[in-house]
Amino acid sequence: MNNFAYSRAHTVTDAIQQLNSHGQSQFIAGGTNVVDLLKYFITSADALVDINPIEEHHSIEEMEDGGVRIGALVTNADTAYHPLIEQRYPLLAKAILAGASPQIRNMATNGGNLLQRTRCYYFYDANAPCNKREPGSGCSAIDGYNRIMAILGTSEQCIAVFPSDMCVALAALDAQINISGPYADHTIPLVDFHRLPGDTPHLDNNLQPGEIITSIDLPAQGFSRNYSYLKLRDRNSYAFALVSVATGLELEGDVIRDVRIAVGGVAHKPWRVPEAEDFLRGKTASRENFGAAADIILRGATGFMHNNFKIELAKRAIIRNGMMALHPETQLPGAQPSL
Amino acid sequence: MSILYSPTSMQGHEVEEGKLHTISLTINGVRKEIQVLPWVSLLDALREYLHLTGTKKGCDHGQCGACTVLCDGKRINSCLTLAVMKEGSDITTIEGIAPADGELHPLQKAFIEHDAFQCGYCTPGQICSAIGMMEEGKAHTRDDVKELMSGNLCRCGANTNIIDAIMEVKEGGKDE
Repeated sequence: MNNFAYSRAHTVTDAIQQLNSHGQSQFIAGGTNVVDLLKYFITSADALVDINPIEEHHSIEEMEDGGVRIGALVTNADTAYHPLIEQRYPLLAKAILAGASPQIRNMATNGGNLLQRTRCYYFYDANAPCNKREPGSGCSAIDGYNRIMAILGTSEQCIAVFPSDMCVALAALDAQINISGPYADHTIPLVDFHRLPGDTPHLDNNLQPGEIITSIDLPAQGFSRNYSYLKLRDRNSYAFALVSVATGLELEGDVIRDVRIAVGGVAHKPWRVPEAEDFLRGKTASRENFGAAADIILRGATGFMHNNFKIELAKRAIIRNGMMALHPETQLPGAQPSL
Repeated sequence: MSILYSPTSMQGHEVEEGKLHTISLTINGVRKEIQVLPWVSLLDALREYLHLTGTKKGCDHGQCGACTVLCDGKRINSCLTLAVMKEGSDITTIEGIAPADGELHPLQKAFIEHDAFQCGYCTPGQICSAIGMMEEGKAHTRDDVKELMSGNLCRCGANTNIIDAIMEVKEGGKDE
C-alpha cells in the first residue's frame, strides 16, 4: 500500500470537506475492497477518510410508505440477519448470504457493496492492459481467458462483470439509492446506478466525485412469499457468480400477477429486462413461460469463447430459479440449486 | 497502566509525524495503546507490534481466513482491517480464548480429539471463526456449518475433521 494519511469524518459535510482537503482521497467504510485494491497497487490514495463515525447511516428502519430504509454503513451481515430483512425481503437476505464469506460480510457495508470494483483478472493485474484501470490501454479480457466475463451489454473497451450478489436482489426489488454530496441530495434507482462500460469503462457507476451513498430504500413489495436466489459458481461457496438469478413472484393460484427477474454475473451491472416481466404477467408459472422470458432477457447475448457457456447457463438458471421461487422453503445455504 | 507499543522496524526511522496515530485497543482483555501508521493492518499490528503471532498471515487478501480474529465479538479478517480504524475496539485472538485456569477452550479440545489439523496453519483462524459462527447462531445443520465456515480454507486435507470438531462443540454435535 502507498503511504496515505487517515482521518475520521463524523458528518457527511465533514466527510466531503476532508475528501477535498487532500489531493487524491477516497472514502473508506468496511474497507474489504479498498484495502485489497490498495495492497495490489491497483488503487492508491493520498488520504483515506473513514466515514464509519457518521452515526445516522447505521440503522435499518421502516418507512411511512411501508418500505424499509437500509443505512449505507450497516454491514452486509447485519442487513441479511435483520428481522425486517429476513421476514420481508428474504430475497435480499439470501443474495447477501450467497456473497463473500462470513468474515467479509461482518466488515463490508451496504454502500461499499454497491461501489465494489470488478474482479476481472486483468483489472487486478497491474501488468496487463485494462481500459477500466488505465483508460486507453486496451482490454486484455476480450481475447484473453474470459470465462468469468460478461455476455450482455459489453463494449469493445471492456467485458468485465459487476460482481455483487446483493445488488442483483436490489435490482429485482426496485431499490432506490439515496445520495448526498456537494450538490443537491438525490435518489437514483439501483437499476440506473451502475453503468454499462461503453467508451468509459473506468466509470463503474453514476456517483459523482465527492458524493456519498447514505441509504438504500426498499419499496413495500418484498416478494416474501415466492422468491428465490440461485447462484452458480465454480465452487459451492465463497466464489463469485458465473451466473446468478434473483426472482420474485406474486401469484394468484398458478398465474403470475407480478414478477421481477434480475440476472448477475453476466454484465457490467445487474441485468433486468422489463419486457420479459411484462411477458410473464398474466401467464402461468411454468418452465415454458420462464424459458420464453429467458429468451427475451438474453436477447443479444454474445460470448467471447471461454464464456460462451454462460448464455445457455443463464437461460437454464432463469427457468430453474423461476420454479424454485414457487417453493422458497427449499432454499439451500449458499443459494445452490434446490429443485 | 498502558504501555505504548511501536514496531521494531520503525525504530531509528523517520516517520511522517502527521500520519502517526496513537490508538487504544483491548486485546484479549488487556488494554493496549499502540502507535500505528494508517496503512498498518490489524494483522500486522497484532503480530509485529504486540508479538501475538498466533494469528496467521496466509494470503493477506481476505481469501483464506487464517487471520480471523474476533472484533467486538464478531469474526473479521484482520488482514483487510486497518488497525487505525479499530480505535476503542475489543479484539480477541487465539491467545485469548482459553479460560484463565489453564484449561483449553472446548473447540481447542475438540480440534485435538478430531485430529482437525495437519500443518496447523489455518487452525487459529478456524477456531476464532467457529467461535464467531456459534455466537451468530445461524448454523443449524452440518450443511449450514460448512457454508458458514467457507471463509476459512484448509489446504492440507483436515477440513472434514474440522467440521466434525465444530459439530461436536456446537449443540453436542447434532443437527438441530
